[in-house]
Amino acid sequence: MTALGVDALTAVLVIPLASAALLALLPGYRITARLNVLAALLTLLAALSLLFSARPEPGRYFLVDDLNIVFIVLNTFVAFTTSAFSAGYIAHELATGRLTPIYLRFYHAMYQVLMFAMNLTLLANNIGLMWVAVEVATLTTVLMVGIYRTPEALEAAWKYFILGSIGIALALFGTILVYMAALPVVGEGADAMVWTVLIRHVGAFDPALLNLAFVFLLLGYGTKVGLAPLHAWLPDAHAEGPTPISAVLSGLLLNVALYAVLRFKLLLAANPGAIAPGPMMMTMGLTSLVFAAFMLYRRRDIKRMFAYSSIEHMGIIAFAFGLGGPLANFAGLLHMVMHSLTKSAIFFAVGHVAQVKGSQKFADIRGLTASHPWLGWGLLIGVVAIAGLPPLGIFMSEFLVVSSTFARAPLLAIPLVLGLLVGFGALLLRLNGLAFGEPSGGTAPAGASYVPMYAHLALVLAAGVYLPPPLVDWFQNVAGLLG
Amino acid sequence: MDRLVFDIAHLLAGGLVLVSFLLLYQDRLYALLNIYALHALVLAMSVAWQAFAQNADHLYVTAAIALAFKAILVPGALHRIIARLGIHREIETVVGIGPTMLAGIGLVALSMVVMLRVTMAADPLAREDLAFALSVVLLGLLMMVTRRNAVGQVVGFMSLENGLVLAATGAKGMPLVVEISVAFSVLIALIVIGIFLFRIRERFDTVDVQVIDRHRGERP
Repeated sequence: MTALGVDALTAVLVIPLASAALLALLPGYRITARLNVLAALLTLLAALSLLFSARPEPGRYFLVDDLNIVFIVLNTFVAFTTSAFSAGYIAHELATGRLTPIYLRFYHAMYQVLMFAMNLTLLANNIGLMWVAVEVATLTTVLMVGIYRTPEALEAAWKYFILGSIGIALALFGTILVYMAALPVVGEGADAMVWTVLIRHVGAFDPALLNLAFVFLLLGYGTKVGLAPLHAWLPDAHAEGPTPISAVLSGLLLNVALYAVLRFKLLLAANPGAIAPGPMMMTMGLTSLVFAAFMLYRRRDIKRMFAYSSIEHMGIIAFAFGLGGPLANFAGLLHMVMHSLTKSAIFFAVGHVAQVKGSQKFADIRGLTASHPWLGWGLLIGVVAIAGLPPLGIFMSEFLVVSSTFARAPLLAIPLVLGLLVGFGALLLRLNGLAFGEPSGGTAPAGASYVPMYAHLALVLAAGVYLPPPLVDWFQNVAGLLG
Repeated sequence: MDRLVFDIAHLLAGGLVLVSFLLLYQDRLYALLNIYALHALVLAMSVAWQAFAQNADHLYVTAAIALAFKAILVPGALHRIIARLGIHREIETVVGIGPTMLAGIGLVALSMVVMLRVTMAADPLAREDLAFALSVVLLGLLMMVTRRNAVGQVVGFMSLENGLVLAATGAKGMPLVVEISVAFSVLIALIVIGIFLFRIRERFDTVDVQVIDRHRGERP
């Protein structure tokens, strides 16, 4: 059984890497798009078999435990549906000439490299390896954001590049400090960077060094999460890149960065002398939430608006994990899953909308339910879900976050609820214009499959109505681990 | 003997901080690149000395990368790009040199206070190395925010990254140092290629020689 687990672990990493090499070499849109979907599907199956087989022993480089398996399954699932969406989306981009065949080849290869880098980050048991994987993920997304080569896209890619690089540099400094803290206790060499070894011995580490390390790590990886003072790259990168990449950025990459923060938070929590990492995360989370909620009002570009909504939701998730305790952690996990599913569904819809209307501006997009019923209603459901209305899944997770805040820190519930309501208002205000009224712009049918979008929305709805007990048990177990 | 090893390591790491200060006030792009090459050279020497002091052979690889790639290849490439784009004259800084230098001194003091206090227990060589490394990192950040053009920002980032390599080599026996320095080299290579290929239009417009000259012409 363990052998199967090892095989599955290898497969989760090797399939994306091998298909990236293959996709870089193969010409032709039809084959490569299908191969991309197939590779994502195989990775998903490998991840599922990793979930159900016996866990391999944590090694020096890789680790599978209850915490990261949630992320891996979510990651590979959304990567699969996004690749299906991307096939239809890219066909249109190719037809309109925004992408040339050579860039298309590059795009597919980069998509798989990104999947590899994210899976590697999640599976890494070595904090140095984790850092390298996050760097690779950053570089691939930078290249993909700039793929249209318009001045705006290049500017967005450059901004993302510089801010992402600074974040990565700070995270490396934090990683070195963690190693320095481990040095006297664990001894020299590779063991002092292995997370499972660190967590066993962390009680004896020098707390002052750990504190300093966490500040650097939170700022560094927090840049990639898009937490408030460090979020400036996020709206541009979402708005100017291809929409499948916006979906992957919002739905997956932000989670992966948050996962890195959570790993280090666990280290700090296990050291009695270190500061509590929670309040710092709560502060950054609340700031992001309130700031992004207000920023939602003045947006003219539909992708930019949903990018701000991602900052808002990452703020809620960081806040929930910062609050800690079984209930808040459970709510944070659930919210993360629901946000990933909903936000990528929204970006699927937005991608098709931008293609049929030929614009991303709100002024050019009106009356979608009349001109494109399937698309319009799908987007409507998605926005209603992301705004946090019942009976969809996000309502439930937000309700849990708010209620646990009332129970644990009632004063903090004021800014939390304020941010939620302000964001809610902005989304519904925009939704009215988008979905109803006189249709404007192009009315040509989208000619794409809505299956990925509706599949995500169905899952979000199902989770809002009924969570199966095994899933609840699983999440409760993980929430307990997070402390 | 130990004392000497320690002093030389100290000297080289301190030299890196000093060169970071030199970078802060350069107002010509070519001069900036030359100083950056010096920065990378001092880093290479410091890393090589650490390799000798710690008996860690793999660090010589890091030193060689620093020397060949950062001290020779990257400045050379940037020289050519600047010549090609015709932007060699002057750099626009956001803040004047005086305040920038004062802020730099403040940052060095801050990193000394923070690191020396926090790392009481660590071994003294690593401890002071780390304090110097944090100073270099902070000075690099300062340089990035005080420069308005892409090349200036990139040089700031590269000097910041040199500080990180210094920190990583100072931490005794840290694994993956070579891999990390290779990963960073890839990052830098991409940035440099990015400047050339992407041309960063908006940013370069602000350092356009003609624009600067026109401003000059209007002055009495």
